[in-house]
Amino acid sequence: MKLSGWGRFPRVESRLALARTQDDAVRAVTGGRTLIARGNGRAYGDAAVNPHATVSMLGMGRMLAFDPADGALTCEAGVLLKDILDVFVPRGWFPPVTPGTKMVTVGGMIAADVHGKNHHIAGSFGDHVLSLDLLLADGRVVTCGPDRDPELFAATRGGMGLTGVILRATFRLIPVETGYIRQETLRAENLDVIMAMFEESADWTYSVAWIDCLARGPRMGRSLLFRGEHARVDELPVPVRSAPLDVRLRHARTIPLDFPAFALNHWSVGAFNELYWRMGTPRETLIDYDRFFYPLDSLLEWNRIYGRPGFTQYQCVLPASVSAAGLRALLTAIGSAGNASFLAVLKLFGRQDGVMSFPMEGYTLALDFPASSATFGLLLDLDAIVADHGGRLYLAKDARMGAGLLRRGYPALDGFQALRAARGLDRVFRSVQSERLAI
Amino acid sequence: MTATTGPVLVLGAASDMGRAIARRYAEAGRALILAARSPERLEADAADLRLRWNTNVRLAAFDALDTADHGAFLDRLGVLPDTVVCVVGLLGDQGESERDFAAARLVLDSNLTGPASILGEIATRMEARGSGTIIGVSSVAGERGRASNYVYGAAKAGLTAFLSGLRNRLSKAGVSVITVKPGFVRTRMTEGMALPGLLTADPDEVARAVLAAQAKGRDVIYVRPVWRLIMLIIRLLPETVFKRTKL
Ligand SMILES: Cc1cc2nc3c(=O)[nH]c(=O)nc-3n(C[C@H](O)[C@H](O)[C@H](O)COP(=O)(O)OP(=O)(O)OC[C@H]3O[C@@H](n4cnc5c(N)ncnc54)[C@H](O)[C@@H]3O)c2cc1C
Ligand SMILES: NC(=O)c1ccc[n+]([C@@H]2O[C@H](COP(=O)([O-])OP(=O)(O)OC[C@H]3O[C@@H](n4cnc5c(N)ncnc54)[C@H](OP(=O)(O)O)[C@@H]3O)[C@@H](O)[C@H]2O)c1
Repeated sequence: MKLSGWGRFPRVESRLALARTQDDAVRAVTGGRTLIARGNGRAYGDAAVNPHATVSMLGMGRMLAFDPADGALTCEAGVLLKDILDVFVPRGWFPPVTPGTKMVTVGGMIAADVHGKNHHIAGSFGDHVLSLDLLLADGRVVTCGPDRDPELFAATRGGMGLTGVILRATFRLIPVETGYIRQETLRAENLDVIMAMFEESADWTYSVAWIDCLARGPRMGRSLLFRGEHARVDELPVPVRSAPLDVRLRHARTIPLDFPAFALNHWSVGAFNELYWRMGTPRETLIDYDRFFYPLDSLLEWNRIYGRPGFTQYQCVLPASVSAAGLRALLTAIGSAGNASFLAVLKLFGRQDGVMSFPMEGYTLALDFPASSATFGLLLDLDAIVADHGGRLYLAKDARMGAGLLRRGYPALDGFQALRAARGLDRVFRSVQSERLAI
Repeated sequence: MTATTGPVLVLGAASDMGRAIARRYAEAGRALILAARSPERLEADAADLRLRWNTNVRLAAFDALDTADHGAFLDRLGVLPDTVVCVVGLLGDQGESERDFAAARLVLDSNLTGPASILGEIATRMEARGSGTIIGVSSVAGERGRASNYVYGAAKAGLTAFLSGLRNRLSKAGVSVITVKPGFVRTRMTEGMALPGLLTADPDEVARAVLAAQAKGRDVIYVRPVWRLIMLIIRLLPETVFKRTKL
């Protein structure tokens, strides 16, 4: 069957097998073919695809143990973040880090070492993992964690499935009083203002900005900053105080058909951006966690609005010291190319150690583009800017970068490769992405 | 009429369908007894059900072929469940069944003799109590024998007739009997087969259909309604035509 990531580009004929139990996974690994584990396919590109064998972990979706004393949850790697929220928010617990969709698996969150709007405070998902069970190339299962085979653990965080199949993990949830977020919206007229606002918002647990990539001249970089805190019970309106954890979730709607590709041209995105910017009046609101963290999940399969060719997301991070100059260069290139991008997100990361983990202290910019030759031309220009500024791209979003850019952006890559070779992992765990990037 | 609050016994609980059915009953607040060969395989499933829904879950060892033990199996449970769902079955390999009758017999026993033994014993006990629901997963394959799987089809035809007879016998005793014909389902049994998308259900769809059938007091259900029509046509084909088809 044809497999792809969330961007529906590229699509590759592959053999997909479902692992229901550890035995199934062991059988797949020792079957004499290269393979890659797959979670819920929310990585945008080709990270979770191997034509010879792709092992879906969705059959291993069992929650195994929870300790209410310290919030430690042990579950199989195929458990969806959505299920964790459904079960644990009503009990007063929340994931320590969450990406912008809840349709991801625990294994996928560890393998991409995902970050959330609280990265500057909480780090990435892997920072909250206490231990994990990893299936190696020879069929052995080892337990690793920050204090148990820490090299293997560090390489597995952000290792995109290339160190083995994560079978189970234990990580800590955080206690919350309510299922609501107190959100503040601020308007920034240009890049200098939004960067200053991010720096002033360092104490806020959550912060993220929507940035208008088409604004030029003095308005270049105009943005809306959203920052939020978990609401306390006494911050809720009186009628909901009696059931602070009971947030009624909206029903998901599915995008019915593939949108015609021209639906997203320069003008419609420009009009959308103008409207969005104007509607972003500075205000304070109380919204449920679902609306704050997962605004796109209520449109199931929204990836189809880009039509049949699919799309790609470009997410880079630039070191803090050169972020201002780098962002200016990126926005100039994007603005003059006129390639439409609806969803442009800016965020200030905190410090992060790691081998293949994406975050580093500095600004990250994420943009959606339709998959087209014009886009790929522009992205090469952006690559050059990122490389010149010592930045890097996020593997979970990548479908097209070259091996050279990867090498420059991830200085620990050689160590990662050495570990994979020393433990015989490189022979078995491979993806279309790892082949493309010569990992 | 039927009690819908007491424990649910799932026979064949390690199958994809059994797991999905257990989840939906747990979500509905029912206590569960998961029965399977080597039930220790189900520890993780039991933990999951307890954690997600605070369900009371027990595991029990059950072999449908060990008919001599079926009465004792029920005694060991300590309670007679309110609802029993039997998903035990074996597709087998038609070619092998043709070459080796032992293989054919295993298919017949796994789909018919074994389920008939345990469900017959349960029926008698429920009849005595005057309440209960028996849900048997049979198959559309039992509606007309086809060259490609007639041993399995014969067994399922027998099971369908058995369930129909039980329903007839127990209708005045306060015991309901539901026959489930799933059509194609994406499970371990059909892994790797090319199944037509519109005719193929997910295990969870079967589970929801089972709970809905019990809630509505249905007798015979096809999980996807289109199967009722397809099977009607297949049954109506004159034998002179049917014997030449390749279905
Ligand atoms: C709308 C949207 C918003 C997003 N927002 C963010 C965000 O804010 N922050 C962020 O960091 N990311 C974000 N992402 C990316 C997403 O969080 C990651 O791609 C995540 O890895 C997807 O998880 P998955 O379960 O779908 O994994 P897949 O996409 O199936 O796989 C991703 C990678 O993980 C590996 N993998 C999966 N399961 C296992 C396992 N059990 N063992 C070993 N390797 C495994 C795969 O091999 C692959 O390399 C977003 C994606 C979408 C679609
Ligand atoms: N999949 C379909 O398309 C489809 C369509 C129509 C009907 N069905 C029927 O649906 C039911 C569930 O099937 P499935 O698709 O989920 O396939 P499955 O995984 O093969 O399920 C069959 C189950 O029956 C159990 N079983 C077999 N012999 C047994 C025995 N002697 N004692 C106890 N348990 C025994 C198996 O237990 P173990 O785990 O121990 O092997 C397994 O759990 C079956 O009755 C099947 O015939 C399936």
